[in-house]
Amino acid sequence: MQISEAWLREYVNPAISTDELVAQLTMAGLEVDSVTPAAAVFSGVVIGEVLAMEQHPDADRLRVCRVAVGETEPLQIVCGAANVRVGLKIPAALCGAVLPGDFKIKKSKLRGVESFGMLCSEKELGLVAEAYGLMELPSDAPVGVDIRDYLSLNDMLIEVDLTPNRADCLSVEGIAREVAVLNQLDWSALAAESFEITETNTLGVAVEATDACPRYLGRLITGVNAKAETPLWMQERLRRSGVRSLGPVVDVTNYVLLELGQPLHAFDADKLTGGITVRWAKTDEELALLNGQTIKLDSEALVIADDQQALALAGVMGGSSSAVSDATQNVFLECAFFTPQSIAGKARRFGLHTDSSHRFERGVDATLQERAIARATQLIIDIAGGKAGNVTEVTTTATLPQRLPIFIRKQRVAKILGVALDDAIITDIFQRLGMTVVAQADGWQVTPPGCRFDIAIEADLIEEIARIYGYNQLPSNSLLMRADLGKATESLLDISRAADLLVDRGYQEAITYSFVDEDIQKAVDPEAEVIRLKNPISSELAMMRTTLWCGLLKAALYNTNRQQSRVRLFETGLRFIKIDGVTHQQSRLAGLALGSAYSEQWGEKSRKVDFFDIKADVEALFALTGREVRFAVAKNAALHPGQSAEILTLTGESIGWLGMLHPTLEKQLGFDSQVFLFDLDQGLLLAKQVPRFKPLSKFPSVRRDLALIVKEGVSADDITGCIKDSQELTLQDVVIFDIYRGKGVEDGYKSVALSLHLQNELQTLTDSEIDAILTRILARLTNDINAKLRD
Amino acid sequence: MSANLDDILAQGLKELAVVTDLNQLDQVRVQYFGKKGFFTEQMKQLGALDPEQRRAVGQVINQAKDQLQSQLEQKKMALESAALEARLASERVDVTLPGRGQSVAGLHPVTTTLRRISKIFTSVGFAVVEGPEIEDDYHNFEALNIPAHHPARAMHDTFYIDPRTVLRTHTSPVQIRVMESETPPLKVIAPGRVYRCDSDITHTPMFHQVEGFLVDTDVSFADLKGVVYQFLRAFFEKDIQVRFRPSYFPFTEPSAEVDIECVMCDGEGCRVCSQTGWLEVMGCGMIHPEVFKSVNIDSERYTGFAFGMGVERLAMLRYGINDLRLFFENDLKFLEQFN
Ligand SMILES: [Zn+2]
Repeated sequence: MQISEAWLREYVNPAISTDELVAQLTMAGLEVDSVTPAAAVFSGVVIGEVLAMEQHPDADRLRVCRVAVGETEPLQIVCGAANVRVGLKIPAALCGAVLPGDFKIKKSKLRGVESFGMLCSEKELGLVAEAYGLMELPSDAPVGVDIRDYLSLNDMLIEVDLTPNRADCLSVEGIAREVAVLNQLDWSALAAESFEITETNTLGVAVEATDACPRYLGRLITGVNAKAETPLWMQERLRRSGVRSLGPVVDVTNYVLLELGQPLHAFDADKLTGGITVRWAKTDEELALLNGQTIKLDSEALVIADDQQALALAGVMGGSSSAVSDATQNVFLECAFFTPQSIAGKARRFGLHTDSSHRFERGVDATLQERAIARATQLIIDIAGGKAGNVTEVTTTATLPQRLPIFIRKQRVAKILGVALDDAIITDIFQRLGMTVVAQADGWQVTPPGCRFDIAIEADLIEEIARIYGYNQLPSNSLLMRADLGKATESLLDISRAADLLVDRGYQEAITYSFVDEDIQKAVDPEAEVIRLKNPISSELAMMRTTLWCGLLKAALYNTNRQQSRVRLFETGLRFIKIDGVTHQQSRLAGLALGSAYSEQWGEKSRKVDFFDIKADVEALFALTGREVRFAVAKNAALHPGQSAEILTLTGESIGWLGMLHPTLEKQLGFDSQVFLFDLDQGLLLAKQVPRFKPLSKFPSVRRDLALIVKEGVSADDITGCIKDSQELTLQDVVIFDIYRGKGVEDGYKSVALSLHLQNELQTLTDSEIDAILTRILARLTNDINAKLRD
Repeated sequence: MSANLDDILAQGLKELAVVTDLNQLDQVRVQYFGKKGFFTEQMKQLGALDPEQRRAVGQVINQAKDQLQSQLEQKKMALESAALEARLASERVDVTLPGRGQSVAGLHPVTTTLRRISKIFTSVGFAVVEGPEIEDDYHNFEALNIPAHHPARAMHDTFYIDPRTVLRTHTSPVQIRVMESETPPLKVIAPGRVYRCDSDITHTPMFHQVEGFLVDTDVSFADLKGVVYQFLRAFFEKDIQVRFRPSYFPFTEPSAEVDIECVMCDGEGCRVCSQTGWLEVMGCGMIHPEVFKSVNIDSERYTGFAFGMGVERLAMLRYGINDLRLFFENDLKFLEQFN
């Protein structure tokens, strides 16, 4: 909320500077966002009166005016504004004046006629962004007085960012109340002057929705002059609060809203049929709003209606059919209390947010209506004349918020704040806040004033004590905690260890958005059922990723488009998948590599990263936990069918994928080199076996090399699997150390050289034992995979 | 005889002088000292002499032998040292050339920041807990005392999956999940991704938060202040000024915003702190009785505090990063600055 400092100080005027006032508000929880001058810097502008005026001899659009400016002789000033006329009072910039933008006014000649100054518009004084013609001042404006003084322009606009609980401060009076408390000043709320009731007619009011509208006050004011000019001081205050002047009646309702925080609404009484009813809307009932929008209502919308139709969306906005206009003569003024629950969310539903709905949904003082309608009536009569009728009031006490005393325990205050404050300090704070305090043995019965409708429980009162006492005056403790000893889980590897390993192997960590582009998502994981956002920021961030590859590929492209030819990235995070309609959020670890295997370096031949580089990185991750895994030939839509592997546990659970991005996708996404990817389930990757000691064998181990000829289709896994399946107890390890194709090996076959490592735990193996083992293994290889020993 | 010996010695010395490598030297050695070498032959002939003569002649031979031997040794040392010099010279490399092999990369600055925050809190026994990012309305709002249509919901620009399911707008729902399943005392921090439907120069639709909370029988606002002070001073590694401002969160009361003295200008006032000298870095407060009620914890017996902070904001202040959006562009030129 934006308020004028001068207006605030009219209520309560502590002897502190603007800066101090602002700091005080901020530290009391009314955070000041900005402080800006009410007017731009200018000087030398006084109130002038046009005494005489004649046409410029050489310019159709210019007039030569004689302007009274106070003490000196009237000045000759040339003016081009259309609204200049004899008798008009206007801001006159004298020679030597400096207008906003450092615009200096000097004696000048306009088409040969001398001009000793300039008559100004509101725009030229920096008061508004757009203006048409001169600023017209009231006829009683004192000629010669500095316009800054006359308009009180030496004022600051304070923008307060109020938290939703402090709706009591959504008015100048509310903030004044707070400033008074903080500075321990006496102050009094504005009392409405009395006025005579001269209109005998009243309008009937019926409240059907008593839960939503516990109090409704209405009053007829007849014979108003809706064309009357809103006084300059009121226009200025409205302007400084960011509200446009729209004629005296609407201006007054807006002014009282700003002044007291009570929204009011004025209807053109002649456009009403019968009495007023506050009721829930009927299904499909329509309402044309003041802003030109027509909304379709339902039984959840509270309306103000006459006998014929809905007139206004209660507490939010009036309708156009009953709106006050220039021609209005009779006004029906509404001043009601709608409960926050009945207004909350209603404006938003129709895409509306008004000063009125903002206040009603946060809360309005339920005791304020009588004072507010009196204040508004008086201002309307003062400005636009008219005769006020009696107030018609419908109050349902049962649904009106009750101000019940709250019991606050001394011991609880000490427990929450960590300090036992003196009773006198606590009661003083409550009393300054306008609360009624009754001391009891171990605490106080406290009744907050109507304006502090945010205070309902003991914790609210404790917060008020802390706030007024000062958060920074309260003590601060070193933590004394009960603490169990920490854990050192060995059966689960920390993901940070895996991340560190990838970093050490040259992968840069990336963090990409969890919502991704539909195109990439569909290309990479076309089969997946995706989870879509109802209200995405853009179509590029519209669905939850089912694989971390989407973000990594996009990040890689971002870099290759910026002359990076080598990219290695990894990311940890959730993927979001749906299985049979159930959402699963799974932690994954994914990586990407493209470009050269090593960064460019001297003395080594540069080569591109390949499948086995990435496989080594993935194997290194599994080496951290000692988990044995299988790399199975399998198809993945995102990967090259000949260079992709599904990574499985020994029991066949899928841990993830490894492979080359499918060449079609590589091209489609705009890469100009091969891209390798991996993606692993964190849960399966990080599960770790606690090591189990095995006695060391004292006997030598023996290595025997074999060269086998097998068909191309036989995989390394087929060979080692077959050998391991032999269950030879002395077999410790099988290592493939060469693959050969070419001379001496028939087409369609390959030679695989491998070493067998044998060791007996109980004795040294004899040659004949070794030979027997080799024979058994070879027989098995021949039988199972048709392998032959190479000659 | 002795004249002959002199000739031989002279010859030997002459031969030694022209030796240029260890091979040639060895030939000389064999020629004079080998099994059939000159001195060996001479010594063999001594046996034919009578003992008197044998002693005298032997002495002469030995003298000549020693003389040549020592020259030979000297020559050998000189040659060996020359050979070593030559090898060292030939094996010289340019040590200023860069090393070879795989380069080491680095963690994202958000991860580095999260790890530091976690380390500070786990050092005093806080547990690190994570929660789902697709969250239900109950845990994200209702259980945190933010019922439907509460004005505080307007402070959270929420992404919806369906009317009852959201992308979590803060990590506070983890607080609810932990309190639902465990009993006090509780000391937990909950780091993670959060989402707000907002994107401009100072907002990204996804960012990271760390929520922390402590529940025990006697936790007070003074404890909260102490923890926050110590944390911020540990994080910035500086005895930084900290202030608490009253604020409002539906799930805490009293609630506070925490400001630190601006780390860009040391509190003098600059663009980053809007000339105030202060920077807002976290929100915190005492856990609201309604929140305890929603998880069936007796708020008469237990009290607690909670705090929440934006990780990107802390990382920006710590490292002087001036644009939030850089965090999620993943430009290597940005990321590598934090390796
Ligand atoms: Zn600063």
